[in-house]
Amino acid sequence: MKFYRVWALIERDLRKFFRSPALMMVSMIFPLVQLLVLGYAFGGKIKNAPVAFVDLDRSVESRKVREMFQAIAAGPQTFRIVDYNNLPDAIQDLRSGFVRGVIQIPHDFSERYFQKNRPRISFSEDNTDQFISTALESEIQGMVNQLNSPSVHSALNQQVALDVVEVYPYIEYAKFLLAGAVTLGIFSVAMIGGGITFIDDKSRGLHEGYLVTPIHKSELVFGLIGAGAIKGLMAGMCLAIIGGLMVGIPRLWDPVRLAYIACVIFAASLAMMSFMFLLMVRVSDPLVPRAIFGVLNTLLYFPSGAVYPIEAFPSWLRWIATVDPLTPIVHALQNLTLKNTGIEGIYGDVLVLLGFTVLMTAGCIALFQRQL
Amino acid sequence: MNAPAPASVNTIVVEHLVKKFGDLIAVNDISFDVRQGEIFGLLGPNGAGKTTLIRMMTTLTPPTSGTAIVAGHDITKDADGVRHAIGVIPQAFTSDPELTAYENMLLHAKLYGVPADRRDRLIDELLESVNLTRFRDAFVKTFSGGMRRRMEIARGLVHSPNVLFLDEPTTGLDPVSRTNVWEMIRALRDRSDLTILLTTHYMEEADKLCDRIAIVDHGRLVALDTPGNLKDNVPGTDTVEAEFVGAPKDWAEQLRALPQAANVVERDGAFHIGSHEGPATVAALMDLARSRGVMVKRVTVQGTTLDDVFVHYTGSDLRDTTQRGRLDVSHLYK
Repeated sequence: MKFYRVWALIERDLRKFFRSPALMMVSMIFPLVQLLVLGYAFGGKIKNAPVAFVDLDRSVESRKVREMFQAIAAGPQTFRIVDYNNLPDAIQDLRSGFVRGVIQIPHDFSERYFQKNRPRISFSEDNTDQFISTALESEIQGMVNQLNSPSVHSALNQQVALDVVEVYPYIEYAKFLLAGAVTLGIFSVAMIGGGITFIDDKSRGLHEGYLVTPIHKSELVFGLIGAGAIKGLMAGMCLAIIGGLMVGIPRLWDPVRLAYIACVIFAASLAMMSFMFLLMVRVSDPLVPRAIFGVLNTLLYFPSGAVYPIEAFPSWLRWIATVDPLTPIVHALQNLTLKNTGIEGIYGDVLVLLGFTVLMTAGCIALFQRQL
Repeated sequence: MNAPAPASVNTIVVEHLVKKFGDLIAVNDISFDVRQGEIFGLLGPNGAGKTTLIRMMTTLTPPTSGTAIVAGHDITKDADGVRHAIGVIPQAFTSDPELTAYENMLLHAKLYGVPADRRDRLIDELLESVNLTRFRDAFVKTFSGGMRRRMEIARGLVHSPNVLFLDEPTTGLDPVSRTNVWEMIRALRDRSDLTILLTTHYMEEADKLCDRIAIVDHGRLVALDTPGNLKDNVPGTDTVEAEFVGAPKDWAEQLRALPQAANVVERDGAFHIGSHEGPATVAALMDLARSRGVMVKRVTVQGTTLDDVFVHYTGSDLRDTTQRGRLDVSHLYK
């Protein structure tokens, strides 16, 4: 193998890459928009969800309950109270989507309270939206627990308490999503620069121009993957820095951390480019890479843990996550962007990516057709 | 059928090359030699097997059987040696439109391992030879078809090959660009000892450029000789072409009996009469028509062309065959 031939191809691709920033822009815009919109849309806590309050008892005790709800509404502001005089109107508005839940104090609440006969409060929820209903349920259950707690504590402390220690400061969702956005950028570069451009060059006859020269197929494969990996590194680093500034990653300019990020991004770009070439090595129809772009994106990006923890997936989806080449990229980048781990947090993932690259490249060389 | 073995060294020796695609035999047992420094043409209609033949000789397609020795290297055993020794200009444009002419040539110079200290000088000389020095740093996407073809021919010479393969170098070019490319190919031959093998379906191109021509039809080599010898082999030195109104059914037979007439072929409503003396045949033809009450609509006399050669050897017009080879999509426009 002659390195000057590999470098000639890399040089050709880089000339075109620097000359036309289109690939860089296209591969960066989508992940940055996703980071901005998805990161801040999913990241916030629920505020001011309207909840109907129907007091059918109208007693001193029921008013105390209402004041308690009012206090929570004024505090964390998860919900705001909207008073209703009767239950049917409140339920109708719940069904119509004007309120997210209905708290009802029944007629016999005070009577049962004094009789110590399990006084009840009912909560009807709009469970079409799991996020809001879970948040409201948790808030209201906490308040009911508070109502039930004794006013005088036992002298003997028999209850086991759980102390939660948070190792890292609170992480907004946008910060969590940054690793996924960088991964998506690398994937886009591989898909556009590796898949679509490769097939387009093939169909435009450019490859026939190389095949008539003495270039070996391994030199062609190494040259094309190498060029793609350098483009992926540049796009990935730009994304990591711009995205990091957007979401406010602390100590972003730490040179050691940036070096580790570059290392992960380069390994990821090699893995993605070789993977894309293996998929496209026998394809000649320019429509094919465009058609499978969306499918691959959904199949690989979402199960990788980039937008939601893998632990929340059903078992079949976890299997996909296990074999998904994007999973180690997301994991390593999350370790670096969220926890600023050292080499110990990424070396396993980098080794997996390099091993994957070797396998894919070997497959490419075996399947690449030197002749027409 | 083969021309007499040339005295000089054969740069290309093709031995019983066969290429099959499933049941289709694209190239059927073709053998010929090309001597050093000659321009050798493969003439035939679309689908005749010319491109497949050139692809086998340039190692782009493996042969089903047979072999070829190109510049001393066997295409089946030493493909790398062949690739180093040849320059190839494929039928479709293969230069990168997003690179400049210089960058395209530089890339190929590097792929061929041309030493760095020689590259720039060579590229400049080659661009000068194809009159593209002014466009050295212009993007290829801004070039006309003719300019792009000339640049690609220059690119094919960047490593100083022994043999240059040109697959239909002027297809799709306007007449002016075509003439420019012809001049360039002739200049190349005059300046160096380069062996050039080109394929074409243009009779005029083959006639003007080639020292020898191989006529290929349906994957077979049907004739091989110099353009002059090929024309001489066709009965008659002139061709009289005539159209008539009210010609009887046995008109071709009656024309065949004309003085000096060698053969008669009817095509597209016109009669093509091979004649040893065209003007005498025309005079006799006019007398015959007058005496039989047949009206002469049009009559022309011309010397034997390669078109006549092609008809003589294949039994059909090259243009007809070319048309036959194309997919008929006329029904889509009805």
